[in-house]
Amino acid sequence: MNCITANCVISGHAVRKNGKIVFENKNIDLPGFLLSAYHYFELNYSRFHKMDRLSKLGWLTAEILLKDGSGRENYEPTETGVVLTNANSSLDTDLKYFESAKYIPSPSLFVYTLPNIMIGEICIRNNFKGEDAFFIAEEFDAGFLEQYVNDLMDNGILQVCICGWVDVLGEEYKAALFLVEKKQEGSFDSFTKENIDKIFLAENG
Amino acid sequence: MPDVFIISDNIISPLGITTADNFSKLTRGISGVKKHDDQKMSEQPFHAALFDRKEDFINDSFIKEGSSGVYTKFEQLLIASIKEALKNSGIDTRNKKTTLIISSTKGNIDLLESHAADPALKKRIALHTSARMVAEYFGFVNPAIVVSTACISGITAILTGMRLIRSGRYENVVIAGADTISKFVLSGFQSFQAISAGPCRPFDQARDGINLGEGAGTLVLSSSQKYATGKYAQGIKVLGGSISNDANHLSAPSRTGMELCSSITRALRDSGLSTNNIDFISAHGTATIYNDEMEAKAITLAGLQSVPVNSLKGYYGHTLGAAGLIESIVSVHSLKENLVLPTLGFEEMGVSKPLNICTGLVSASLKNCLKTASGFGGCNAALVLAKQ
Repeated sequence: MNCITANCVISGHAVRKNGKIVFENKNIDLPGFLLSAYHYFELNYSRFHKMDRLSKLGWLTAEILLKDGSGRENYEPTETGVVLTNANSSLDTDLKYFESAKYIPSPSLFVYTLPNIMIGEICIRNNFKGEDAFFIAEEFDAGFLEQYVNDLMDNGILQVCICGWVDVLGEEYKAALFLVEKKQEGSFDSFTKENIDKIFLAENG
Repeated sequence: MPDVFIISDNIISPLGITTADNFSKLTRGISGVKKHDDQKMSEQPFHAALFDRKEDFINDSFIKEGSSGVYTKFEQLLIASIKEALKNSGIDTRNKKTTLIISSTKGNIDLLESHAADPALKKRIALHTSARMVAEYFGFVNPAIVVSTACISGITAILTGMRLIRSGRYENVVIAGADTISKFVLSGFQSFQAISAGPCRPFDQARDGINLGEGAGTLVLSSSQKYATGKYAQGIKVLGGSISNDANHLSAPSRTGMELCSSITRALRDSGLSTNNIDFISAHGTATIYNDEMEAKAITLAGLQSVPVNSLKGYYGHTLGAAGLIESIVSVHSLKENLVLPTLGFEEMGVSKPLNICTGLVSASLKNCLKTASGFGGCNAALVLAKQ
């Protein structure tokens, strides 16, 4: 059955991996926090420094999600995919691009004015070549994610999927990613609306 | 698994506000792309397919209701297109088994050009705000699903609708896509040196970039058997499809075309068809050097190099989040009319793997069509449409 084999939630300047806080750094702005987490987890990826804040947050969450995880290299690239959702699309960077365009429009900013660019960054890093999709909703909708991703997994379209929510606007942000794989029943939490919501809302409990 | 019938559609573009009007203009070789000299949009003149006036896309009833002030141009396009598609479709938007999918890349981003970016405006720009307003206008009881996957958004939306119907979750899905062209979008593509100096020339030796276009498209899908035969029957189905990612570069397509090829191969498998079943291909064909070259490689790798191919960008420009819908709807009508449209702007083969590019209106017995698209973020999509 489809199970959550790992999860990572970044919000309130804390990183939670599988429910445990693994890094915190309060009293710093969002770019500073993201960079400090990048250094703490000893990541070494020059593309990171070129990304916008949304891609940095999504990419970082995916890195921590997959770190020390089950062997992703066991999958065919065409059977690995990414399904992400958020509320504010790429508006955080849209505002920056719009300001820049008053003088000299920057192609390196313009490319980040699409929310699925973050999916591209995660796919490039992990050589994920299967199905991807980006959906926009006012609030996180665990029921929709459960249905959409289970459909891809159950119809043999994907064997593994990184999915969840990554949203940034100004200093407001939250990321919650789930690694979904087919496993024996009982070995991991099943990928259900209830389990997804429990993880998404854990910081409040 | 239920069949997914196409029961109704609409295209609103500078060519017309009904699909019939659009298709008729396409068969006569009429293009919506014109030269525009508008200092507010661009210091240099540019070629694009734009609405000149609001009356070009708002139907009379909408103006009479007095609703046009509440909705932005983007939302008016969506509402006008959905309204036209729902007309005589027999679909009840208030049915619990009916839902709405919206496809767009930039939605209301043009509001940044006329309003201060305060929290209220940020909320107004959000695509979910537009989707909720449009859903409420038609009384949909289910929340709208919003897809935003760059230039493949329209096809992602159709595939999402197909899967929601196949899974039994919904019986009817209304899929609408739109994008408008503002300075935001135009300046971005100009910064990439991606805008053609004249009318675009897909797959041609002299191609030098895209024309942008505005428009909306709506496709109504259903699993209900009453659409298979009888007065509502249109005779066309969505047979299958697939999405892939290059995992290579954010703004440049794959060098090999392997990933779009994989998407095509999987779409055929999902449809239960083989390469010799495909009668024509409606390509993405943006007329950039790299997109068309990649597509030619992918189509050749998939074994479809002898199949007639067209690109509609010469008529509509690149309508971004509406492109997958508008071009799929044109393909539906090509199947119905047994007519493959020519690729406006193409003269001399300009890709390293020669394709069978349509250069004139071809009458043929058509059964199955492949629609492809690719976009920023390395995404690729393939969709198969078929006669019942």
